[in-house]
Amino acid sequence: MSRAVQVDRPVFGLRVARFGLYAFLIMSAAFFLLPLLLIISNSLKPLEEIRQGNLLALPVRPTFDAWITAWKSACTGLECGGVRPGLWNSIKIAVPSVAISTLVGALNGYALAQWKSRRANLIMLLVTIGLFIPYQAMLYPTVKILSSMGLFRTYAGIVLVHVVYGLPYTTLLFRNFYVGVPDEISRAARMEGASFLRTFWSVILPISTNILVVVAILQFTGIWNDYLLGLIFAGNDNLPMTVQLTNIVNNARGSVSPNVNMAAAVITAIPTLVVYFLSGRYFVRGIAAGAVKG
Amino acid sequence: MSSVSIRQIRKSFAGLTVLDSVDMEIAPGEFVVILGSSGCGKSTLLNVIAGLDDCDSGQILIGDVDVSHLEPSQRGLAMVFQSYALFPAMTVRRNLSFGMEIAGTPKATIAEKVAWAARLLQIEALLDRKPSQLSGGQRQRVAIGRALVRSSSICLFDEPLSNLDAKLRAETRVELKQLHETLKSTMIYVTHDQIEAMTMADRVAVMHKGKVEQFAEPQTVYEKPASLFVAGFIGSPAMNFLKGTLEGTLRFKTHDVCLDASSYGFAAGPTAAEVILGIRCEDVDVVERGTPDSIPATLAFTELLGADALGWFDCLGQRFSVKLTVDAARAMQRDVGFRFNMSKASFFLAATERRL
Repeated sequence: MSRAVQVDRPVFGLRVARFGLYAFLIMSAAFFLLPLLLIISNSLKPLEEIRQGNLLALPVRPTFDAWITAWKSACTGLECGGVRPGLWNSIKIAVPSVAISTLVGALNGYALAQWKSRRANLIMLLVTIGLFIPYQAMLYPTVKILSSMGLFRTYAGIVLVHVVYGLPYTTLLFRNFYVGVPDEISRAARMEGASFLRTFWSVILPISTNILVVVAILQFTGIWNDYLLGLIFAGNDNLPMTVQLTNIVNNARGSVSPNVNMAAAVITAIPTLVVYFLSGRYFVRGIAAGAVKG
Repeated sequence: MSSVSIRQIRKSFAGLTVLDSVDMEIAPGEFVVILGSSGCGKSTLLNVIAGLDDCDSGQILIGDVDVSHLEPSQRGLAMVFQSYALFPAMTVRRNLSFGMEIAGTPKATIAEKVAWAARLLQIEALLDRKPSQLSGGQRQRVAIGRALVRSSSICLFDEPLSNLDAKLRAETRVELKQLHETLKSTMIYVTHDQIEAMTMADRVAVMHKGKVEQFAEPQTVYEKPASLFVAGFIGSPAMNFLKGTLEGTLRFKTHDVCLDASSYGFAAGPTAAEVILGIRCEDVDVVERGTPDSIPATLAFTELLGADALGWFDCLGQRFSVKLTVDAARAMQRDVGFRFNMSKASFFLAATERRL
């Protein structure tokens, strides 16, 4: 019975499969990274090098001039201040929108997961339908509603629009997460005398870190990259970075400067990349948790 | 210490009757076990007592107070859940103190109570750990501790031992019983395990299909089951049953055999009726074939259980289990006779399945 356990060497076929797997993964990564590399490489070229017309060539004399122009002096219509003012606008729109839509979505999701009746399922169905209606179809009614509330083209208005449009999504994600949390935990809290809100805040939210991070990242990416809603609802004083980026790219006055356009695009994309890098660990964990429990 | 009165509790869910006019009077300090197979409504009854589930009609009284419409936390109850339901993000200490924090108990009192419960349950070393760092048995203790610090006069248990392994279950059973003797609080304990019911309970309520079939001391439930269901549910192996007719002259007739039933203690006067005779495996005497007043039986096989043995026989077309000594089982003949100890048997009316 004391026969040593033999460690099998990987079989040849298995090694080939492994090699194929890596080859596929590297190709996929390259496929998605290539445009990013191109855009960064071209944003570092001076205008003369761009004019030579070779998109794939690496910069001969790399310079950050285009980035500086994009940041503070490129023209967005009549003003020539670069994307800089848009950065603050985007932050000021995204942060409260993400925070509110995530927290309210969590509360909604918890309530809907707790409330077990046919009516709760109906409400969940209606919420889900909200996910499938394209923004374009809702634009006109939303404009009318906001105008009648006096919030059209105001800061509060754009935050409200982002929160409301984000809620179906966040509610669905949280509800699916909370359905997997054992019911007895909430019941135990009720026995201890905790109210619904107290249970949510003290017992449920602390075990929701992973899903909170996932939802917040998804919401942040969505809201940061939004162009349509920002253009329509933000008003001239609060135009987000994406709108200013488009204005730089589409600016008819003067000559076209692709290097500046590309630099502006990269600058606009940096915050979402930073958020992903900082919270990637939670993101993967949260996605996995959702996948198993959802 | 408080009494609990459960009066005419009814609950149905989607057309299915879960609780059907449940009545129970539980004395202060009593340890009551609600026993039944899954789906009999026992957990629902406990949740109704706790106030976590609503009932359709009926009353719950704790002491003399009608608590039917009070929130769970206002009923002065504590509850231990099957899955322990500890708050995952809190340390053991916070788990214990959470309820008191909400109630606004002074910090010094909270610390004192937590220390008391931790000492009682020997979980002092675990106070700063999270539930995920505890073993099943330790979580169980913390869950009991959380119920204890509430200083409630009534403690509810929802199958608290079912997630423990067999050895730990036996130990915790004894500890719970001792805890009850120390604290003298009223305990209502739901389980599907009849050993837990027999060993721990002052009284057992056997539930079946939303009704309390019998509510009595464990030994009474075993010896004098009130219904055919209780008789079949309690005891292992199950009670042996024989259909027949009871004749007014105190004779039980089945097939072509007549048995003297005069030693049986009928609750009401015996009547001529279709009945079912129930007899436990230890109340059957195996005698030689042909002994007067015996029924012929044939040995099918024997099981040796260490301390004693079980013999399985075919008798009047039924499979009978009979408790034997190991020696008797080894020497058992194939063709034998049965004599029943009628004073310990049970008669059930075939129509109602109630005890006579």
